[in-house]
Amino acid sequence: MDWSFFHPFWAIGVPMALSIPLGRLMARLLDPPAERVGRGVDAVPMFLVRLFGHREPAAMDWRRYAIALLAFNASLFVLSFAILWAQNLLPLNPDGKGPLTALGYKDAAGVQHDGADTAVIFNTVCSFVTNTNLQHYSGEQHLSYFSQLGGILWLQFVTPACGLAVMLAVIRGLRGDKHLGDFYLDTARGVVLVLIPLSTVLALALVANGVPMTFDGAVKARTLEGAEQTIAVGPVAAEVAIKQLGTNGGGFFGPNSAHPLENPTPWSNILEVIAIILVPMASIVMFGRMIRDRAHAAVVYGVMTALLVAGASIAIWSELHPSPAAEGLPVATGTNMEGKEVRTGAVAAATWSAITTATSNGSVNAMHDSFQPIGGLVPMSLMMLNVDFSGIGAGFLNMLMYVITAVFLAGLMVGRTPEYLGKKIEAKEVKLAMLAILIHPLLICGGTALFAGTAWGPATVANPGPHGFSEILYEFTSASANNGSGFEGLADNNPYWNVATGVVLLLGRFPALVLPVAIAGFLSHKKRVPPSTGTLRTDDLTFGAMLLGTVLLVGALSFMPAVVLGPIADHLSTAATNP
Amino acid sequence: MFRELIPSLRACAVTFLACAGIYPAAVWGLAALFFPVEASGSLLIRKDRSVVGSALVAQKFESDRYFCPRPSACDYKADAASGSNLGPHNPDLRKAVAERAEKLKATPERPAPVDLVTASGSGLDPEITVEAAEFQAFRVASARGIVVERVRELIRKMTDHSGAVLGAPARVNVLQLNLALDGEVLSPR
Repeated sequence: MDWSFFHPFWAIGVPMALSIPLGRLMARLLDPPAERVGRGVDAVPMFLVRLFGHREPAAMDWRRYAIALLAFNASLFVLSFAILWAQNLLPLNPDGKGPLTALGYKDAAGVQHDGADTAVIFNTVCSFVTNTNLQHYSGEQHLSYFSQLGGILWLQFVTPACGLAVMLAVIRGLRGDKHLGDFYLDTARGVVLVLIPLSTVLALALVANGVPMTFDGAVKARTLEGAEQTIAVGPVAAEVAIKQLGTNGGGFFGPNSAHPLENPTPWSNILEVIAIILVPMASIVMFGRMIRDRAHAAVVYGVMTALLVAGASIAIWSELHPSPAAEGLPVATGTNMEGKEVRTGAVAAATWSAITTATSNGSVNAMHDSFQPIGGLVPMSLMMLNVDFSGIGAGFLNMLMYVITAVFLAGLMVGRTPEYLGKKIEAKEVKLAMLAILIHPLLICGGTALFAGTAWGPATVANPGPHGFSEILYEFTSASANNGSGFEGLADNNPYWNVATGVVLLLGRFPALVLPVAIAGFLSHKKRVPPSTGTLRTDDLTFGAMLLGTVLLVGALSFMPAVVLGPIADHLSTAATNP
Repeated sequence: MFRELIPSLRACAVTFLACAGIYPAAVWGLAALFFPVEASGSLLIRKDRSVVGSALVAQKFESDRYFCPRPSACDYKADAASGSNLGPHNPDLRKAVAERAEKLKATPERPAPVDLVTASGSGLDPEITVEAAEFQAFRVASARGIVVERVRELIRKMTDHSGAVLGAPARVNVLQLNLALDGEVLSPR
């Protein structure tokens, strides 16, 4: 019996079931009542925060919270830049990887340039500091083990914790707390109480499935036919675990979780795909517990789940179609297997592609560039919407901007001052929310237009016609959504791409974190309005439909023209290439 | 901003130690203790201690005496893995598929299995579907001068059904199948 159609039920149903207890636990651990602070397991993050130099948890207002976030991220940027820049001088380099600056790059004409180029380090650091993990290098070829641990693994823990911290602060503001909490304590709690324990368990489960965890250098093998094969190994399992759990996505190896040493079995595949979406789902449950309005959180969760199920279904339907490349050739009818692995197959690859782009994870278990045009459109659209569970913390914040917009629109329709969770939403909040929403399409469409219109884009695409345009569009979408997946055919390791996407990465991350903190700061000081019969409810199906409509409308208006030029044109061009 | 600089630098140092030091060291220690074979890459090692390869990584097979794995965009380089990234409408992909089908001597009556004419995502897919193994059974048997039934029997014996409940197809590990053909059954150690 073919069970492949059950795969999406495992991949979406299991994390949904787990998200409820985990979300409750996270609410207890990450937002303990005053009398439990520093007691029990909370003593560990409190101890770390003392090492940071805070004797007592600080009571930060929104400005100080945002400044602490930016200062910490600036420090992360400088230190990880230094680690990557000096990798040839640092230990744990058994394969003798050279400096990243000497990688060289391909120019717009495709000519290889050797010698100094720090743009790839700039891009990598922007990418990992923003919890994106867009990779213009190739892990097993270019990074030493020290860089993998010190440059990559470290940021894969602290950057999702930063997102989670900001989410906690914003929820406290919405709740009307006097202050938003202590940024350092929130970050330490996220790392120590949530991410490290989950990652340790997952890492060991992955090793049991065959993911390597060693500090020995690459293995030299003499194959059965007598040839030489060098097999790259390394501390893979530790990195893959947090790569999945922390909405990171940056793999140890170039092909990410399509590589058999990152994802060796169907069981490792299901564990990894569950790990992608578990914490983002649980954080919405945590939101419901913290504001004591579980019905509202359920509506948000439901809208996100509906988008995810729709995306996964379209992707699966598309990838089950045989590749047009084999049409009329003596090839058995089957699914689109180019760029996919046998142990996963088309259904699991399509399901993964929807889950990894709905969340801002960006790890892949198949090459999205080789998907059918509509199959490739699904991950692209989910990143364009960027609200479907999305990054840890960041996804909730993106959705919050749409919630405020939806409340505002609904208020306009019925002619009342909009309220959200008992707080009046006024011009200032709506302006900031719109700004946060509009940065994303501006970065994507602006960047794509610039690169498609100059030689920088067309000279680096790997596929002809509309598919080449899709590669450019996908790259900017992935960068702005802080996702990190790619249409990897694109020759993106050159100074133009590295600098442009680096800047887009930063602009896609920090305004999206700081603006909601500001909104929460303003809202926290407002008086709570008791609900009346005229209050728009935010905890019923009507509001769910309103929210879904707002998300889809803004998404469609912003991106439809670009999508038509890329994947849609690609889909319609079948006849042209297959006579 | 500057007031926050000192605590943020100290926070960097502490989290660096916890995330890039203690955590990977703990995983490494536990992995070495409980799963030493898997942790070092599931290597297949001959009696003379030389390494044949990893049970999880495809290697190149060109001889008719061996089953061939899925096509690789990186020529089975296990230190520079990659997929082809060719789009479905790219004429280069069509050309590649046609060439592979021809090399496999596929005909409309005996069409090539899809996984044997498409490059895997990693370029290192260690497995092929059972159909792809059956497709090659006759070629391997004739090259070795043995009856095809013996090869089919071996395929049946080596078929991996694990993960069927998750939707994974029945599949065969090419390197281990080829080792078994040579009568040299090695398990990872």
